[in-house]
Amino acid sequence: MPFDRQKRASLGLTIAAGCGLAFLHLPILLIFVYAFTTEEKSYRWPPPDLTVKWFSVTWNRPDVWEALGLSVQVAAISTAVAMILGTLCAAAVARTKFFGRETISLLVILPIALPGIITGIALRSAFNIADIPFSIWTIILGHATFCVVVVYNNAVARFRRTSGSLIEASMDLGANGFQTLRHVILPNIGTALLAGGMLAFALSFDEVIVTTFTAGQQATLPIWMLEELVRPRQRPVTNVVAMVVVLVTFLPILGAYYLTRDGDRVAGHGK
Amino acid sequence: MSRHYGDVRAVDSVDLEVGEGEFFALLGPSGSGKTTSLRLIAGFDQPTSGHIEIFGETAEGVPPYRRNVNTVFQDYALFPHMSVRDNVAYGLMIRGMGRKDRYLAAEDALEMVRLPGYGDRPPSALSGGQRQRVALARAIVNKPRVLLLDEPLGALDLKLREQMQEELKSLQQALDITFIFVTHDQGEALSMADRVAVFNQGRIRQIGSPEDIYQRPRSRFVADFVGSSNVLEPSFVKDLTGTGTWASLRPEAIRIGDEDGHPATVVSRSYTGAMNRIGLEIRGVRLTATVPADVPVPAVGASVTASWDAAALHVMGADA
Amino acid sequence: MTVLAPAILPPGGGVLARLSDLFWRRPSVLLAVLLGPPVLWLGVIYLGSLLALLAQSFFSIDEFSGLIQYEWTLKTYGELLHPANLDIILRTVLMAATVTLAAAVIAFPIAYYAARYARGRWKALFYLGIMLPLWSSYLVKVYAWKLILAKEGILNWIFAKLHMTWLLDAVLGIPVIGGNSLSVSYIGTFLVFLYVWLPFMILPVQAALERVPVSLLEASADQGGGPRQTFRHVTFPLALPGVIAGSIFTFSLTLGDYIIPQIVGSSRLFIGQAVYAHQGTAGNIPLAAAFTVVPIVIMGFYLWGAKRMGAFDAL
Repeated sequence: MPFDRQKRASLGLTIAAGCGLAFLHLPILLIFVYAFTTEEKSYRWPPPDLTVKWFSVTWNRPDVWEALGLSVQVAAISTAVAMILGTLCAAAVARTKFFGRETISLLVILPIALPGIITGIALRSAFNIADIPFSIWTIILGHATFCVVVVYNNAVARFRRTSGSLIEASMDLGANGFQTLRHVILPNIGTALLAGGMLAFALSFDEVIVTTFTAGQQATLPIWMLEELVRPRQRPVTNVVAMVVVLVTFLPILGAYYLTRDGDRVAGHGK
Repeated sequence: MSRHYGDVRAVDSVDLEVGEGEFFALLGPSGSGKTTSLRLIAGFDQPTSGHIEIFGETAEGVPPYRRNVNTVFQDYALFPHMSVRDNVAYGLMIRGMGRKDRYLAAEDALEMVRLPGYGDRPPSALSGGQRQRVALARAIVNKPRVLLLDEPLGALDLKLREQMQEELKSLQQALDITFIFVTHDQGEALSMADRVAVFNQGRIRQIGSPEDIYQRPRSRFVADFVGSSNVLEPSFVKDLTGTGTWASLRPEAIRIGDEDGHPATVVSRSYTGAMNRIGLEIRGVRLTATVPADVPVPAVGASVTASWDAAALHVMGADA
Repeated sequence: MTVLAPAILPPGGGVLARLSDLFWRRPSVLLAVLLGPPVLWLGVIYLGSLLALLAQSFFSIDEFSGLIQYEWTLKTYGELLHPANLDIILRTVLMAATVTLAAAVIAFPIAYYAARYARGRWKALFYLGIMLPLWSSYLVKVYAWKLILAKEGILNWIFAKLHMTWLLDAVLGIPVIGGNSLSVSYIGTFLVFLYVWLPFMILPVQAALERVPVSLLEASADQGGGPRQTFRHVTFPLALPGVIAGSIFTFSLTLGDYIIPQIVGSSRLFIGQAVYAHQGTAGNIPLAAAFTVVPIVIMGFYLWGAKRMGAFDAL
């Protein structure tokens, strides 16, 4: 690991780095404070007083629960689809050399590399052309498409670190392809897949741009929030939901980090 | 058999027969096709053309898991998520042997490679030499008909390597199964194998006993690669013997100081422990001679005479 | 051994065993099985939709009936050149460029510190400190800035407490980028873009910096280079591919976003909003499709340039 021999950073650098990190984190912390404010009509700072009553108000809002339920469903199914597609693709790219490997990698990355609006409008117009009515399945179709890449990235990184001779060794010792998959391949890439799945879940759970194009009347939690942002109805409820969303997305990110920290990095660039 | 990768002929028309219970070495520089040949026998690759038989049974179209052949990999390929015991018992588990029986068999195999009681450890906690032994135990526990070893000692340091050479040899005798091993180290091949096949550029250049290969190389390449023979060009040989062919001359066959020898000049000398290595120039041609360390060595620049028995000059073919 | 085991074992029974044999004999069959589902999904559904969209940009809309005319024409692309539409494109590209530059400047010290000085537990903390904001909800982040930039919000409050409201007013008084309040000005839009995309810049820069060997820096110091010179002639050029890799994200994401300028900013449109508006209420899919071609083309050139500078190794 390249490190300066001089162990301490200059004061200027420390301050600049510290300010940068503060810039990244303070706005999110602010959300936590607003969740407790008594102010209803505006975004007044400092909060006139603190209260926890908005948590119970939010708890009793059926529209929030509906949106949350839909988001969890969409994220779970999209993640499952993405894990299958991403793993298959990673196995093909990592294990065999074939013409067009680069093209496959590009194809997987494209949905996330192009601005979300392009993916969204392309799918929407395709649904229109094919006369497919909007439903939870159209949302899932969009989400799974861009979730493949995070699973793929994690799986490819792990496949690369796993020695190819392990598979040959297993076959040499009498295990056929499926036995090798069960006893050698899956145990070795399992945590990477789990990490990729968690990230895919977080990505889907949070997605709004593509979803606005592929959802009909259904509102996922981000769509619900977007509505509240454009046309605020009950601001304190939005504050509470925002805080909960932050906490909920942190869990899979932390989980993915701990699963992959020794070795390949969480493929965060894919987002 | 042949194996081509696109235009690259990794193994080109190799014809090889290994006897039962033989300790056989595939020797050659890297990229010479020896490892590919081993992989063809193990079943990891399939021949582009040709035929492989294992004890009289056709092996084409038979995947590795149906060949009663086991491999010790160059990087050992121990399963990192299993203990040493589970690694060794893996083949038996796949065959459906019960836990108790296979653990007993694994312990026996570990004892055979002198690692008794190591079963609970993870492979990552072992040294290179120990991993090598586990890989060996994992292969022999299945009682294969043929054991393949891919550069088995390549990653070990010198002392350990010499020790393992002896152990492998006695293990092979105890098990009485065929060992085929790949190496680029001619010393290893000569000291361990019953027979050696020398590979170069996808072809076998010579097959024979270690003595054959060492004393009677059939080509320049073999003479060059096996040991550090002096390879003599046809013009020089013609001066000496009257016939213009390539010939090889072992350094240790050259005697210095015989009265009727060829006049030579000492151009270099180096001490290598048991021997002194002396560079000579005879009629403009550089030769290397080795003499025992207790023989006095003439100074660089001295004029001496060099001689050898006529039989030591081994005539051979001209190929690369 | 008295009884010799057979050298070749008989084929196993069952479908799986036979399938496994087939995969071994014909690796291309295995490859097809592995690649089939993802290629069908991404190659047919996704790429197909994308190409269908692009095809529609070559149709046009009838101005009177509002119906799409299915005839190949470049008329819609001509509409992109109307001054109003050119304005939108120019505005978006300028914003993307400004955001990218600012992100590079702010990201560099963080990445430099994380790559060179943070170790052990601090290193992990730094890494999570960048990953968590990167992954936390996009909308929540935008929402947080709506709170911050609001007239009654924390930023105004801080300026008031410091008795510097005059400074804020002066900044807001600047034509074009200023406005009635931060939340309806380009400055506000810029701040939110910068905040939301900043982590995407830090990570690749950090990765590039970690690959700079210390020996190079020592060599430079050895040649009499001061810290500044070492930075200018050694560290920065070596980190540049990382900066460019990061800029791919910040640039592309800004080009395509339509939610941030809708929530924080003036009412003037960005490309993303134009696409959204034309495909939605206006029903002018051809023009919307033509608009989406703009970021694709810009990013195409951008990626081509970045590849030539070796930025992809830093991803």
